[in-house]
Amino acid sequence: MCTVRCPIKVVVENDDVIWIQGNPHVGGIEGALCAKGSAGLALLHDHERPQYPMIRAGARGEGKWRKAGWEEALDYVADRLKAIIQEHGGHSLVFGERTNLNTHISKTFCKALGSPNHFTHDALCKGSVNTAFRSLTGYTDAQMAIDYANTKHIVLYGRNIFESLEIAPINNLLKAMDQGAKLTYIDPRVTITATKAHRYWMIRPGTDLALNYALIHTILKEKLYDKDYVRRWVSGLNELAAFVEPYTPEWAEKETGIAAGEIVALAREVAEVKPAVIFHYGYRGAHHPNEIYLRRSIIMLNALMGSIEAPGGLVIRKGPKDAGRGSFSRYDTAQEFPKITVPRFDGSGHEAFPLADSSHGNPQRLAYAIENEDPYPIKALIANRFEPLQSIPDSSAVRRALDKLELIVAIDVNFSEIAWYADVILPESIYLERADSLQLVQGARPQLRIRRQAVSPRYDTKPAWWILKQLANRLDIGQYFPYETIEDIWNFQLKDLKGVKLEDFDAKGFVALSDKALFFDRKDGIPFKTPSGKIEFVSSLLEKAGFPSFPPYEPVPSPPEGSFRLMVGRCAVHTHVSTQNNVLLNELVPENELWIHSRAAAKLGIQDGQYVQVISNPLNTNGRIRAKVTEFIHPEAVFMLHGFGKTVPAQSRCYQKGASDALLQENISDHIGGSPALDETLVQVRPAK
Amino acid sequence: MSKYYLLQDQKKCIGCLSCEVHCKSNKGLPPGPRLGQIMPVGPKMIAGLPRQAFIFMPCFHCEDPWCVPVCPTKAMRKRPEDGIVYVEPALCVGCKSCITACPWGAPQWHPETGKVVKCDYCMDRVDQGLEPACVAKCVTHCLHFGRVEDMDRTKRERFAKTVAFELETVVSGR
Repeated sequence: MCTVRCPIKVVVENDDVIWIQGNPHVGGIEGALCAKGSAGLALLHDHERPQYPMIRAGARGEGKWRKAGWEEALDYVADRLKAIIQEHGGHSLVFGERTNLNTHISKTFCKALGSPNHFTHDALCKGSVNTAFRSLTGYTDAQMAIDYANTKHIVLYGRNIFESLEIAPINNLLKAMDQGAKLTYIDPRVTITATKAHRYWMIRPGTDLALNYALIHTILKEKLYDKDYVRRWVSGLNELAAFVEPYTPEWAEKETGIAAGEIVALAREVAEVKPAVIFHYGYRGAHHPNEIYLRRSIIMLNALMGSIEAPGGLVIRKGPKDAGRGSFSRYDTAQEFPKITVPRFDGSGHEAFPLADSSHGNPQRLAYAIENEDPYPIKALIANRFEPLQSIPDSSAVRRALDKLELIVAIDVNFSEIAWYADVILPESIYLERADSLQLVQGARPQLRIRRQAVSPRYDTKPAWWILKQLANRLDIGQYFPYETIEDIWNFQLKDLKGVKLEDFDAKGFVALSDKALFFDRKDGIPFKTPSGKIEFVSSLLEKAGFPSFPPYEPVPSPPEGSFRLMVGRCAVHTHVSTQNNVLLNELVPENELWIHSRAAAKLGIQDGQYVQVISNPLNTNGRIRAKVTEFIHPEAVFMLHGFGKTVPAQSRCYQKGASDALLQENISDHIGGSPALDETLVQVRPAK
Repeated sequence: MSKYYLLQDQKKCIGCLSCEVHCKSNKGLPPGPRLGQIMPVGPKMIAGLPRQAFIFMPCFHCEDPWCVPVCPTKAMRKRPEDGIVYVEPALCVGCKSCITACPWGAPQWHPETGKVVKCDYCMDRVDQGLEPACVAKCVTHCLHFGRVEDMDRTKRERFAKTVAFELETVVSGR
């Protein structure tokens, strides 16, 4: 139901699921499950999902389909792909997915076909967090974890931790708060997290970086940092000090709207409990074009507190090797593939996004690459539970670009926007109906988790690892998929892991690779992966690529009268773009609302609950969304939940409910970090006719 | 009042609405009836900070329920052994008298069966020694279920812990 994959326990009777709960054996979970988790039952029995392979019979998006058998559908896709690859090369195929347990298999598929163009949703969410971490520590964000349970103060920049939720982290955090930990929350909008915080600042939208420079200014001026840690592990402190000199708390007060005295107070308060301090680096890190510098400033604050590799702070994730347990095998790295010489389609690791993590790619470049055939023609797209039409900004441009493709294949559990626009739908079994590759969860206590098949598929659906192998066989690359069953995949993954057998998963659904928390020695043993082996405030990664480590702060202008900064976010009930049609979740949150400040609404003659129209440049409009008129949002911003305004009639419950944020957002990116700037767009609002 | 009590720890509740879905998925209910509902109150500013409450409203299982005597068919009933108030669906004729009578809106309308459906503390689970679905899977474990007298103690324990901690802070601050 959700990419967090909180571990669950499923009770089955007569091949039907009768109960889902959180895995009782996992700390921080202990049976707990969120709304989405329990709503898995409704997904399982939903008749409004693809039930058999379908081949388009009308125009794209028209909704005319013919039912096909698997053989026919797979032959159809393979024949077309073969012809496309023959004429345009393997690189004319792009494959997009949400990172999942079988990513090593889909990457194998692309590599074997000679396409460098496998991409994941990751960059759209947090590309700049990834690059920021690499620029400072040499690790990606995915290689970092947070020790919530032992923290004494956590600072969240719009990380709406109690709504955009992961169960174990929030229970660990609540436990810490029970023991006196403080929560500081910074967001232009009062979320539920704000209502649980000890300190809440309604910051002016887009100015978090100014706040952080003032915090750093204070910490350096008052020498509040962890001196031993910084001396040992940080390079570039003097350069940072010189840089933040002009960014006083008084200066930041004017930019952010947060009182200077309050900023100083926070700096002193966190310093008192260092290093058990978390400046949360974010879940989504895709808001503004200078995103990487905000994320770097947050990570630098952690470094100054000495909290990177500290209990109650940030922890570098440990894997099987660190636990002395050998290695976990992946098909995409364990095999030799034909050499690929062409660059990626999306400029990831090249001109457009030179520092972005090209193992994930930059899907926001999809429409541009197709339209301009730059760097070469793209002819086919396979989308596996990835939603280009709601996740990439300026979705009407994406839709136009898709028209130029010769083949669109959706491997999906839903009638998503892209499935409805595809030429072929290969329906995927849902997580309760399929087993998947084992999951390696790295962390202070690394572990392996297993997803077994709970029940047989309700409809004629298949797992993606099976679908890709069938396509591979037809495309003469079957030799790269040396498995028949899921057990073959599991045994391959475990072959070089010491002392783990499949039956070890029987008792609890997971196998712990270390019984104690693994920390590197803070005095001498933190293996930072930068060239200097230190946390590089002056970043060799950035500087070598010609980017400054400390560009001067650029003030954020207030939107012109009648315009607002469009902010987007999540609630606890829905997963991104994929659950709006779930019968149980739809009942709770059937549509999104436009939060707008009461003064702004009064000026525009907008009443609470009234339908309004939202308009962005260049003339993208969203028909109807209800206004939520409130004091609890900054007057410069409006806010809506992500993932509504769907256009697929087959999803009858959420069809045309609310507004689509992706339709309104302009496609602007942080080209250094790699994220799109999803909260940068200015919109106008007026009463709907 | 039944011998059971359902305690909600407001401090830990994050209004995630999971309890509602745990309930509905367990009972197999269609859109419409919400046997236990989270009623959000706020946000409002309290001592300079935005605060919001999420009040969980299942059935209270009254000692002297309004809904039972008004039921003309004796479908609404109280279990003698533990006081759980529940509907016997075979006897319910859908007259809605109980919906009218209940001061808190606990009895709900099932649009597909044309009968009343209400929170029964998941008595089939309780009889197996399990907790109601909403409690068993609560995201933050802010819902607790048990005998009234034990729950009373839970509250006192928590209060004592809070006070003790505050005292500690006050003392160490001197």
